[in-house]
Amino acid sequence: MTTQAVLQEVASSERVITSRRKRRRDPSRSRSKKSFTMFLCIVPFVVLVFVFSYLPLYGWIFSLYDYQPALGLKGSQFVGLQWFQMLVSSPTQMAQIGQVLINTLAMSFLGIATSFLPIVFAVFLNEVKSGWFRNVVQTLTTLPNFISWVLVYMIAFSMFSSSGLVNSVLTDSGLITTPIKFLDSDSHVWLTMLLWSLWKGLGWGAIIYLAAITGIDPALYESAKIDGAGRFQLMRYITIPQLMPTYVVLLMLSVANLLNNGMDQYYVFHNAFNMQHIQVLDLYVYMVGLTGNNLSLATAIGMLKSVISVILLITVNLIAKRVRGTSII
Amino acid sequence: MAIATDAAPHTDARPHRAKSERPVHLKRTAGEKTFSVINYAVFALFALICAYPFYYLIINSISANDISALGDVRFFPVGFHLSNYAQVFQLQGLTLATAVSVARTVLGTVGTVLASAFLGFMFTQERMWGRAFWYRFTVITMYFSAGLIPVFLIIKGLGLTNNFWVYVIPFLVQPFNIILVKTFVESMPRSMQEAAEMDGANILQVFFRVYLPNMTPILATVAIFSAVAQWNMFQDTLIYITDQSLYTLQYLLYMFINQANSLATAAQNAAGGNLSAIASSATSQTPTSIQMTVAVVVVLPIIFIYPLFQRFFVKGIMLGAVKG
Repeated sequence: MTTQAVLQEVASSERVITSRRKRRRDPSRSRSKKSFTMFLCIVPFVVLVFVFSYLPLYGWIFSLYDYQPALGLKGSQFVGLQWFQMLVSSPTQMAQIGQVLINTLAMSFLGIATSFLPIVFAVFLNEVKSGWFRNVVQTLTTLPNFISWVLVYMIAFSMFSSSGLVNSVLTDSGLITTPIKFLDSDSHVWLTMLLWSLWKGLGWGAIIYLAAITGIDPALYESAKIDGAGRFQLMRYITIPQLMPTYVVLLMLSVANLLNNGMDQYYVFHNAFNMQHIQVLDLYVYMVGLTGNNLSLATAIGMLKSVISVILLITVNLIAKRVRGTSII
Repeated sequence: MAIATDAAPHTDARPHRAKSERPVHLKRTAGEKTFSVINYAVFALFALICAYPFYYLIINSISANDISALGDVRFFPVGFHLSNYAQVFQLQGLTLATAVSVARTVLGTVGTVLASAFLGFMFTQERMWGRAFWYRFTVITMYFSAGLIPVFLIIKGLGLTNNFWVYVIPFLVQPFNIILVKTFVESMPRSMQEAAEMDGANILQVFFRVYLPNMTPILATVAIFSAVAQWNMFQDTLIYITDQSLYTLQYLLYMFINQANSLATAAQNAAGGNLSAIASSATSQTPTSIQMTVAVVVVLPIIFIYPLFQRFFVKGIMLGAVKG
């Protein structure tokens, strides 16, 4: 969405601070008093940020204990790195974690591999000249973005269950005799998950590029046309290159988010049949911690995940600084 | 747009005429025309794929339940009746869940909008003590998370599990929205503040009287984002709530999908066990009919409100993306 603007804002926030206001006439004491009063206004919110984002970091200590909620931290046994060792010691655990990691990375890479589609969408929609048609397409294709994954699952269920629309159409047309189990099958889980994400997010993802296209200097098109560029050449040599900076920023962000693919989508679609290939890290942490009640192990896994994510973010940021001269955070 | 050169795509034939009437560099080659036709067709198809499932849910929720259960209602409602809605609203918990969903959406949105507006504004105040630090302190939380379990334990420790306020309080400070507002405020003239302060207004008065009324475009965007997020949030009920009286519509829908078989019983109970009332097979409840009807109840507010507000968030995104 506005990620690019947001990121650039974050990157450039510092240069504003030292300018202009330094030369005010106020006596410095009343100034600093006023300045502190202003800070007091935002204290409640700073506390909220601290409590919900920073204080939980303290909870990482649970990964060193065999934490029993009933006993509290004091009553629980200190086990050191036992949980981390456990992750790599038992072959079954390793295999499970390995599968979860493969799923996580597979879904992320499929997402990255298809991340050019919103650009294609935007560029081609920009070629549609009929205003009402564009509006209708934009309205209808962004609609799925605004419903929850539960509803997406409900839609999937009503259309692809054994008595659903698709099976009914296929049976009536004589193509199949027994219903296909679209939802209860372990084959093609990655693909179906990707298709549902695309269905939900493609139209919305294109909005930022459509916005960026309206920001392209018309003079570029004019001069290219004078040089004899046709419609496709304009797309290829002007529109797409102009969208690249936005794309690169979003791409780097998705690389930094390699391990964070959320759990809503996979939670609503998971069942006993497709569990092996649908379980991603976030869902796994939930399952181990809150369903399986092993809070310490889940904390350990979540902690490793967070640390790797931050390292990825810093790396990507460094690369961005090298290559583009601007950082993304 | 700059490359808007040609007319509607159905002017496909008669190239000689197009040639004579248009300036040379505007003429369309056969390839471009084929492209146009395919382009329109592909977009029409994709729009249809996006919209049809919603239509499908709606026509099925008002069709004869025995036909709909077979997946045979495809293009038009068959055997129109509204008794599904009458039944569904008698289901235990549905009215309450609707109330909880509405309450969290309203309170959560108002809270988030006000907090984003206020913080976004305050972070433009260069005089504020430690502004740069507190701004970073807030914004950086977009990029890391301690993880599900530690956050769960904190929320539990604060007594927010099985508490309505867990739907509102943790979402008050949204760095993304704050940055949107801050960018917007920075584009407003600074003299507004200086004039107000000259008249003796303090910082809160400047915010509420001068800036807040002028922030509507960006606040509308923030409001839509958080309203949709609140209405759709599902995970927090799953994690933090076990008390049935605090279930949201989304969570109830998820349970209904997963408990298909007990649903028909629930509907019969709702009908007071009066079998003659539900004797007609066309209107008697099936799991599918209930699921679809609840789904429509969940999705209708979005379908109705969304087109009305679309221009706001498209504009909001333009504000963010193009400026940045």
